[in-house]
Amino acid sequence: MSQNKILDRTGEFSEPLTMAESLGSGLCKRIIPCLDVAGGRTVKGVKFQNLRDVGDPVELAVQYQEQGADELMFLDISATREERATVYELIRTVADRLSIPFTVGGGIRTLDDVKRLLDCGADKVSVNSAAVDKPALVEEIAIACGSQCCVVAIDARAVIASCESESSSSVYEVVVRGGTVGTGMDAFVWARSCSERGAGEVLLTSFDADGTLSGFDLPMVSMFSSSLPIPVIASGGARDPGSFVDVFAAAGADAALAASIFHDRLYSVAEVKARLQQEGVKVRIC
Amino acid sequence: MKTEELSFAAVDLVTSAGGNVGSMSRCLNRLGVKFQTRGNYDLPSGDRPVILPGVGAFGTVMTSLHENKFAERLKAMLKGGTPFLGVCVGMQVLFDESEEAPGVNGLGLVSGKVVRYSATRVHKVPQIGWNKIVACREVTGDLKEGFVYFVNSYYACPREPDCTSYLAEYGGAFCAALQVGNLTAFQFHPEKSGDMGERLLKEWLSDVSK
Repeated sequence: MSQNKILDRTGEFSEPLTMAESLGSGLCKRIIPCLDVAGGRTVKGVKFQNLRDVGDPVELAVQYQEQGADELMFLDISATREERATVYELIRTVADRLSIPFTVGGGIRTLDDVKRLLDCGADKVSVNSAAVDKPALVEEIAIACGSQCCVVAIDARAVIASCESESSSSVYEVVVRGGTVGTGMDAFVWARSCSERGAGEVLLTSFDADGTLSGFDLPMVSMFSSSLPIPVIASGGARDPGSFVDVFAAAGADAALAASIFHDRLYSVAEVKARLQQEGVKVRIC
Repeated sequence: MKTEELSFAAVDLVTSAGGNVGSMSRCLNRLGVKFQTRGNYDLPSGDRPVILPGVGAFGTVMTSLHENKFAERLKAMLKGGTPFLGVCVGMQVLFDESEEAPGVNGLGLVSGKVVRYSATRVHKVPQIGWNKIVACREVTGDLKEGFVYFVNSYYACPREPDCTSYLAEYGGAFCAALQVGNLTAFQFHPEKSGDMGERLLKEWLSDVSK
């Protein structure tokens, strides 16, 4: 069957070979700045603690788009109901202004939450704790809204191997509630199960690396991206353009998400992409 | 800026194929294009260009297009020369049939069928992300190549290779855009493709505003 399709293709597109060369080979690696928002502002902390205000999310979003960001992620870390209510208005404003896709995550508990965010103009939603509590939510979203808009965020940390544990094959554990609660769930098994339930992408955050500027967790990203049939967005620890080269070239991530290095203006998205292109990583240069 | 915006014709935005009507209408707002939304019981006038954004499954979209004989009327309108832009599944429904819904007829305005990508380790299905398109023949305007945003598992194979205006590569070259007579269609999402997407839309809009 797949043989036939290839024949169909070559039969239908008898373009010269030079055409194929200029086409390149498929998708670009994506750079995704992440904006943690609460009460209508962008905030950033280290290991989910010590939040500080880093600016107006709409302005930041437009800036990142102009720098060449491929997508944006908005993570609602509102602590109160009042703060949370501001997110819908924010999403509508962002959707009016942006011409690139964006994902909204944080605090999503039900399919109705998902539909409301998509109605406001979000292209994708990202679910985390709610999916851990109720895995069927992933299926519900995939069936009702399509896999393409269903991102499952997984916060994971390395399990410290103890000498007593004999056959524990679990290397990474899922943590929830901002990293405060370990679940004992094997993060890789969970990721695979999400993919089977219809998740379109996995956003994999290394709790150990998050906010530390120590580079992405390459062994973790590599393990997930080489074995999952869906794209893996690596998150946590981006330090400099070299971190991105490593996470794409060495660890095989499909996309990389970062906050601090962009918010603190250590590097622009354009600088990161220029370096990636130099190193032979396929990126969208605009 | 304003004079350029005003030079575009008003368009009819068809809501019958589900999905991304919201993002397309926001994009038209950004471009300063006047539009009216139209559905199965509120037919496009036929004297304005028509945009059909589509998200979802081929079979579902065709079923909703058939309600109130909308598909028949749209087909007659397009045969009559109304300028048309189809996006994503809005492109695929122009064809005869799709592997996604065996036995379901498309509009049959462009000869060929819609097929599924073969998934490999490198080429995951669906294709989600930015891919490069390259003009493979004379195209309106001067956009020879650029990066655009795709979200699709299926793609169209026109019987006539000349229909294809832009190619992209995903485990093999495929038809990313077509242009034949009054019909233009993009497999990617121009409304989510940054500057390149907006420039492609403007090219189409200025072409159909002449």
